[in-house]
Amino acid sequence: MTAPLQHVQTAHRLPGSRRRWIDEPLALSEITDDVARPLNTWPGRGWFAAFAVAFTALSIGVACVSYEVATGIGTWGLNRTVGWAFDITNFVFWIGIGHAGTLISAILLLFRQRWRTSINRSAEAMTIFAVMCAAMFPLIHMGRPWLAYFVIPYPNQRGPLWVNFRSPLLWDVFAINTYLTISLVFWYVGMIPDFATLRDRATNGIKKAIYGVLCFGWNGSYRTWARYEILSLVLAGLATPLVLSVHSIVSMDFAVSILPGWHTTIFPPYFVAGAVYSGFGMVLTLLILTRSLMHLERYITVRHLEAMAKVTLLTGSIVGFAYATELFTAWLNGNIYEKAMFYNRVTGPYWWAFWTMVSCNALAPQVLWVKRIRTSVPALFVLSILVNIGMWLERFVIIVTSLHRSYLPSSWVMYRPTIIEVGTLIGSFGLFFTCFLLFIRLLPMIAIWEVKADMEGNAHAQGVVRHA
Amino acid sequence: MPREYLVATFAEPGALVEAVRNVRAHGFKIYDVYTPCPVHGLEEAMGLERSRLPWVTVVAGVFGMLTAIALQFYCAVFDWDLNVGGKPDNSSLAFVPITFELTVLFAGVITAKAFLARSGLLPGVRAKLAGPRVTDDRFAIAMRWRATVFDTGEARRVLNESGAIEIRQAVMDL
Repeated sequence: MTAPLQHVQTAHRLPGSRRRWIDEPLALSEITDDVARPLNTWPGRGWFAAFAVAFTALSIGVACVSYEVATGIGTWGLNRTVGWAFDITNFVFWIGIGHAGTLISAILLLFRQRWRTSINRSAEAMTIFAVMCAAMFPLIHMGRPWLAYFVIPYPNQRGPLWVNFRSPLLWDVFAINTYLTISLVFWYVGMIPDFATLRDRATNGIKKAIYGVLCFGWNGSYRTWARYEILSLVLAGLATPLVLSVHSIVSMDFAVSILPGWHTTIFPPYFVAGAVYSGFGMVLTLLILTRSLMHLERYITVRHLEAMAKVTLLTGSIVGFAYATELFTAWLNGNIYEKAMFYNRVTGPYWWAFWTMVSCNALAPQVLWVKRIRTSVPALFVLSILVNIGMWLERFVIIVTSLHRSYLPSSWVMYRPTIIEVGTLIGSFGLFFTCFLLFIRLLPMIAIWEVKADMEGNAHAQGVVRHA
Repeated sequence: MPREYLVATFAEPGALVEAVRNVRAHGFKIYDVYTPCPVHGLEEAMGLERSRLPWVTVVAGVFGMLTAIALQFYCAVFDWDLNVGGKPDNSSLAFVPITFELTVLFAGVITAKAFLARSGLLPGVRAKLAGPRVTDDRFAIAMRWRATVFDTGEARRVLNESGAIEIRQAVMDL
């Protein structure tokens, strides 16, 4: 299909054209070819190397979790004072990572931000894998994960003894399950037209059959398309409040308690901003790696990365502002316990965690005011790693420094993770990256139909007279 | 059910929208249009009405909300009023987060199911394709062919003038 390509190329030079996110105009079949290529070719050495590392990490995690489940929670460094530490840090960290995916797929859809089209599919996948990793931690923290179904309210033979609907921990159960389900529905529905495209170009009979089942018999009927676009908007509209609610509810796990350092009203917005910030850090890490690993630089351009860097700068600054607000209110409110807690957080035995967190989350993103850094791929990669480290430490600081020295000095202790806890954290990264690496090889990681629609929309907006 | 159709294929979405307008202006009815991606302005050209799917969302959301309120109230107040820290059994404010989550959950899942059911999309359904490349880079218009009411020559002329690259008449199951 060369003729329309030329038309679009002429159109590209017209004055007053809409901003382009993908540099070259691409023919529709070319987009299909590019996205389907990784699904039809044997992976390269880079992918195998990455998979080997991820799978090893996953195996370490499986070994550690098996040992912990078989032996008991005593294999962790938790004690009577610090009852939540590494695992809940990991839980909040992973849940937060997911938020960028939903923000990109839902909120940016409602705001008609066209730069989301090349990255939304992989960001949604990231959300789902991150929520899976997150959900694992409360489960294994139960100590007896085979009784996890006790958290579901159903008529039972224990009374019936119902769950406590006043507990934020139960709100979490509902929030996370809803979040996972809606994200899965959104992700799958988005892939249905692409499965049909892949089905029709598959030459291998088995692949054709698999995509044939997955696409639910999609045939590109426009009556369906019209309905489909409404469905996308409805799901985006539903997922948008979820982005705000899930991490707000997670923050209530802390804010509803009376512990100094946890009991503050700014937690919900502070957690949501942090979640989006850490999520964009992870999206940047993943996409910078995959765009070069999968040769998709044409689709995930430096301008996409720059747009993400701007969101990172905004949310990072909100997080920095929240840190300052927390310290200021602790100083202002005159509560001696609150003051002592923050003094201990800043200058106490975990001072290094606090200051690393401040450097990574509040200070480091400020370099993004400079356009040269926003558009430099290596700089963004380094920064995205700093964001991930900083946000993990933020949860560690909130949980451990608040718990280890609270009201009763006789209960003051130090917390140190055991090798099993570190192994479990490594394992969760292994699970996440194993899933993501399989995803980019088995499913279309760029939304084919959305990129096509965007190409067409571009040409349309520029008023090109088209001929066959 | 296999029936006879006149199918015109286009390589360009712009030409497709033009063709749909022309064909309808000439009094022909369009059975359906097949495209690989949403096309700007095609809904208006086809004269499609806006989907009623959002109403399903509203009803499902209200249903989810009522379910959540009823469940929490029944469990915490009627069936087993457990005293937790002396808080009231009917702690309505504490019931808000779960009510919100279930509203969203029901609305989302039921809307998606309604969409699939209404569009006839289910696992195991065989796709009825209007052409080999309509999910890749071709756009097709399908019209029901009826011997008594259909002037094939006129239809072909309009489609050709609008830039169709291929027109065929065939018995198909669409």
